[in-house]
Amino acid sequence: MSFSPEELTAIKLSLRVGFWAMLTSLPVALLVATLLARGRFWGRALLNVFVHLPLVMPPVVTGYILLILFGRRGVLGEFLADHLGVVFAFRWTGAALACAVMGFPLMVRSMRLSIEAVDRRLEAAAATLGANRAWVWLTITLPLILPGIIAGMILSFARALGEFGATITFVSNIPGETQTLPTAIYTFLQVPGGEAGAFRLTIVSVAISVAALLASEAIAQRASRRAAGL
Amino acid sequence: MLSVCVTHRLGDFTLDAAFEADGGLIVLFGRSGAGKTSLINAIAGLYRPDRGRIAIDGDVLTDTASGRFVPAHRRRVGYVFQEGRLFPHLNVRQNLLYGRWFARIGANAREFDQVVGLLGIEPLLARRPANLSGGEKQRVAIGRALLARPRVLVMDEPLASLDEARRNEILPYIERLRDEMGVPIIYVSHSIPEVARLATTLVVMSDGQVAAIGPTAQVMGRLDLFPLTGRAEAGAILATRVTSHDPAFGLTILAAAAGELRVPHLDLPVGTALRVRIRARDVMIALAPPEGLSALNVLPGTVAEVAAGDGPIVQMRLDCAGEALIARLTRRSIDRLGLVPGLRVHAVIKSIAFDQHAFAGVRPGAASADAEIAEG
Repeated sequence: MSFSPEELTAIKLSLRVGFWAMLTSLPVALLVATLLARGRFWGRALLNVFVHLPLVMPPVVTGYILLILFGRRGVLGEFLADHLGVVFAFRWTGAALACAVMGFPLMVRSMRLSIEAVDRRLEAAAATLGANRAWVWLTITLPLILPGIIAGMILSFARALGEFGATITFVSNIPGETQTLPTAIYTFLQVPGGEAGAFRLTIVSVAISVAALLASEAIAQRASRRAAGL
Repeated sequence: MLSVCVTHRLGDFTLDAAFEADGGLIVLFGRSGAGKTSLINAIAGLYRPDRGRIAIDGDVLTDTASGRFVPAHRRRVGYVFQEGRLFPHLNVRQNLLYGRWFARIGANAREFDQVVGLLGIEPLLARRPANLSGGEKQRVAIGRALLARPRVLVMDEPLASLDEARRNEILPYIERLRDEMGVPIIYVSHSIPEVARLATTLVVMSDGQVAAIGPTAQVMGRLDLFPLTGRAEAGAILATRVTSHDPAFGLTILAAAAGELRVPHLDLPVGTALRVRIRARDVMIALAPPEGLSALNVLPGTVAEVAAGDGPIVQMRLDCAGEALIARLTRRSIDRLGLVPGLRVHAVIKSIAFDQHAFAGVRPGAASADAEIAEG
């Protein structure tokens, strides 16, 4: 099976977008998951709703909101472009942002569940042994929630590979810049004789998804065996 | 010197307890819900009490009057939890070394080997907590707390989740800790056999308050505390020494200030000091030295106190050459024999009353020597 340069570009772009979407949302998701699992503050329920919005809203709506906020004339987009030189509109970075937002609730959910499952009595035990809060988090909490973090990362990556609606609404469908696997497949299906290309990309899409799931399963199993002390 | 004074409200329950003690092994004794764990959690700094002052050797850890509160991780109060709480993602060696790193204690191989040897956990070092038995887990938990070089070790019913055999496996290690390591221990328990065997100082707690505090034998000999110490198991503690063995009849002879005791054979060398608990319900009273009686142990003494009360059962305390012995009789017997303070009587104890419980959880003749040295 050989790919046209156009197809290869879409594959590479999809992997890049998925990777960066996953990586940049990781610290934010961990922070939000910790706040939701442990925090006792006003507006916690509101934060929870806000985090889960992309999961329940139509992706087109999410994409449109991103466009309003981060577009060239958007409230945040203009500020970021003028002061930090970061541009999202019609760039692959915008596609990564859309994918990160869409995968965010899945990542937070997975991490939050694992944080809630941590036996806090172990953390108290660590404190009596001289560990301050930061060290307790680093040496006890983090290793114990590692399976949840990994699961969340994989979910986010998989969501990014499949993301269509928000991406195409926010950054359109520009080959080489914002055209990821799903939008490329969609484009192929719009032109006569494009079925072969669509089919090849579909196989790639399935292969990447299966590989990602297998890898996550293997890593998560190792991590949870470790966390369970086996 | 340990000085504790804590007042804290938790819903309907109010902890209002204060005690002071010097070193040794201090047992906080009381029923569940008496506030024992709340008290040691305050000492360990796991919460900030409403009011109170906690100091170790003059170093103030909590003082609500001046707003001082040293966080748990800077107190150096070692804590052995009821359920061990070993870190599941670390192996035994990593668990043991966890506290040392934060205490900035370098790799002191000798100290490590000493503690590991004392607790008999060398074979476990590479294992993970999930693969340890309950008794092994508790020994590792004790080692982990010790290796962080605590100023005080607090233990919250460390044997409660274990069966009798596991308990007997760990008790000797706790005794060696008390006698060899020189770290003051605060030990929470609701088991009279553990108290009798381990405690140098006994603090009796009830409804969040300290009902009594003092040397173990003295507190155990107080009739007014019987409702708290539990009627069935309670009794006096005698300090004895093994003087000889009688192989013909399989007996061991113990000398106490009160007199000689003949008990089923104990596998201990002559000269071994041993604490013996004599349950109040195992003591009978005779006005004259009994004759034609099967019981082997007769201790002369004087009636010191008869507890007031109109129930059918009454406790009385005898003074046997300066040591307290407690007897539990029917009020009718007290009346019939005319037992009043000052009367000279004889206490009769059957030898078979000295079962494993009398030696605080040790099976006579079955355990190793160090298992039964209560006060060396």
